[in-house]
Amino acid sequence: MLSIKNLHASVDDKEILKGLNLEVKAGEVHAIMGPNGSGKSTLGNVLAGREAYEVTGGEVLLEGKDLLELSPEDRAREGVFLAFQYPVEIPGVSNINFLKTALNEIRAYKGLPPLEAREFLNRVKEKQKLVEFDAKLANRSLNEGFSGGEKKRNEIFQLAMLEPKLGILDETDSGLDIDALRIVARGVNQLRSQNNAFIVITHYQRLLEYIVPDFVHVLYKGRIVRSGTKELALELEEKGYDWIKDTVDAEGAA
Amino acid sequence: MSTKDDELLKELALEEYKYGFTTDIEMDIAPKGLTEDTVRLISAKKNEPEWLLEWRLKALRHFLQMDMPTWQNFEHPDVDFQDISYYAAPKAKPQLNSMDEVDPELISTFEKLGIPLNEQKVLAGVVAVDAVFDSVSVKTTFREKLKEQGVIFSSFGEAVQEHPELVRQYLGSVVPQTDNIYAALNSAVFSDGSFVYIPKGVHCPMELSTYFRINAENTGQFERTLIIADEGAYVSYLEGCTAPMRDENQLHAAVVELVALKDAEIKYSTVQNWYPGDKDGKGGIYNFVTKRGICKGDNSKISWTQVETGSAITWKYPGVILKGDHSVGEFYSVALTRNKQLADTGTKMIHLGKNTRSKIVSKGISAGVSHNSYRGLVKIGPGAENSRNFTQCDSLLIGDRCGAHTFPYIENRNKTATLEHEATTSKIGEDQLFYLTQRGIDPEKAVGLIVNGYAKEVLNQLPMEFAVEAQKLLAISLEGSVG
Repeated sequence: MLSIKNLHASVDDKEILKGLNLEVKAGEVHAIMGPNGSGKSTLGNVLAGREAYEVTGGEVLLEGKDLLELSPEDRAREGVFLAFQYPVEIPGVSNINFLKTALNEIRAYKGLPPLEAREFLNRVKEKQKLVEFDAKLANRSLNEGFSGGEKKRNEIFQLAMLEPKLGILDETDSGLDIDALRIVARGVNQLRSQNNAFIVITHYQRLLEYIVPDFVHVLYKGRIVRSGTKELALELEEKGYDWIKDTVDAEGAA
Repeated sequence: MSTKDDELLKELALEEYKYGFTTDIEMDIAPKGLTEDTVRLISAKKNEPEWLLEWRLKALRHFLQMDMPTWQNFEHPDVDFQDISYYAAPKAKPQLNSMDEVDPELISTFEKLGIPLNEQKVLAGVVAVDAVFDSVSVKTTFREKLKEQGVIFSSFGEAVQEHPELVRQYLGSVVPQTDNIYAALNSAVFSDGSFVYIPKGVHCPMELSTYFRINAENTGQFERTLIIADEGAYVSYLEGCTAPMRDENQLHAAVVELVALKDAEIKYSTVQNWYPGDKDGKGGIYNFVTKRGICKGDNSKISWTQVETGSAITWKYPGVILKGDHSVGEFYSVALTRNKQLADTGTKMIHLGKNTRSKIVSKGISAGVSHNSYRGLVKIGPGAENSRNFTQCDSLLIGDRCGAHTFPYIENRNKTATLEHEATTSKIGEDQLFYLTQRGIDPEKAVGLIVNGYAKEVLNQLPMEFAVEAQKLLAISLEGSVG
């Protein structure tokens, strides 16, 4: 589904990603872990096409299509969804109206007619239930006055509504208490299928107890330095990031 | 600024003003210049009684002695009052009795603007329309239906002929001739406008609407609107306006007076879309308007809602004099400026009666290299026991070359008054825009969503059909403003 080859990217002329490779197949969940400043969030933003992130080399294909050629909105329409680490508030714009606009823009891109009001509302109801999102929040202004946890849950609700091929969760666990974390994870697990894939970016192993990944990758200094299964996350938890730093830096020196 | 922003900004510059066409129609235009003879000519054309001519002449004398103010937050353009024609009317227009008699060219003009003059088509009877083309009212719809309830809705000229006593009683009673230089000018040379009278206890059965269109070159438009809601009456009134794209500036100096008697309510909504000039600030309308209402009787209410997106310069402060006890004044405003547009707008709430309340919600939106100022006065008189004001004044900036300014004035002469003021300034952030585009929404649509969300509290005050229009207008006006 997603193929990243030798990806280089900079922010403010500082190179953050330095030749990153990753293959994600449909139906898989990949966790990206790594110490602060390793480039985890940069990866999410680069894939989604944020303007401040400049790609200086490499290739990203989504189902064979060159993602880097596309505008952020077209990437979204092709099925890339970024669940933000810090979702913004947009006062006065109703959550529902926003989702309807987004959904219909994505449909129009695929040559589909807008969803009829009733179909749309049925979908809202169904997905609210699926990801345990409070109906009251759905009708409020987009993230306005939401608590940190409510904002993160709204991200998952949007993900459920828009049904992307590739969901990227950027530190969705940060700032969540254990109950909120469980609800968010349960939502994601409900949405996992053979037709989509997830990249779960996280600093801690904790989230991966609830969203069990097929693969775990460790990002350090802009490259993936270790890949493995969920056991790698446990090992990291036990030994800490210094273990990775030390061994990788030693390899580099050698 | 990134290249993508640049491209979008270029698109914006090329964006055309949708209503910029001109209508080719035979016109009766007064020679340029302003003297007592000009005033006499206008008055004679309109077959006015002597008292009204005298009233106009008195205003002219005031006007000639007044100086241009200097306190406004923009450089007042040089307006050569002698280089303007003060009267323009479609030629040879007899009393119109049916649509068939209206010049088809005029009908098609208003159709292009989306203003139906054909009564059968008018939004299934929800809105009655008075259409003012240059200086004269060309058609007022639904008059018969309104008459059944005793509602008078006509052009100002007709009201002078048919209801001189009402006009004489209230004309200039809210905005005196000497109020300001443009009010004096208007009082001297006003050509037409709308007149509304709602009798005692009548809830006006439909929205009343006036649509203003400037067409002729080198003319000014000076309309006068007078609305009187008698005891216990209610009316909702809407005005809209457009003008052709012309390289020279055109002056629009209107006066609107509202009178609400005991227990009456007037809701006045404006969607202003005069030609704003091109991206370099060439051309456009100078919109210098005096609007004021008086809550004359106890428990009366006047509410102004304005959505200002057009004009090269917008300069107006629709206000309310709260004379009656327990009366209520409201002002809801969205003012959008882009390119080189300037706006200095706000309100005046003058509390005189006891337990009077006023609410001000102002939302400024600035883009391009425009400047947008809120200026508001809240005045509490010594007799205004327990009066209250709430003011909220927000500014939204798009890009980093525009300006937002706030000038709130408070004069309080009664200790029991409660005054609250809130103000915010925000910017459409890259993060808000990215959030929406990451969900598949087109960037321009995203800006429209953000701006409409920001202005929602004001747009909610508009009647439904007009709220939808205003939303579209805000979104269209900002197309390409942000990358």
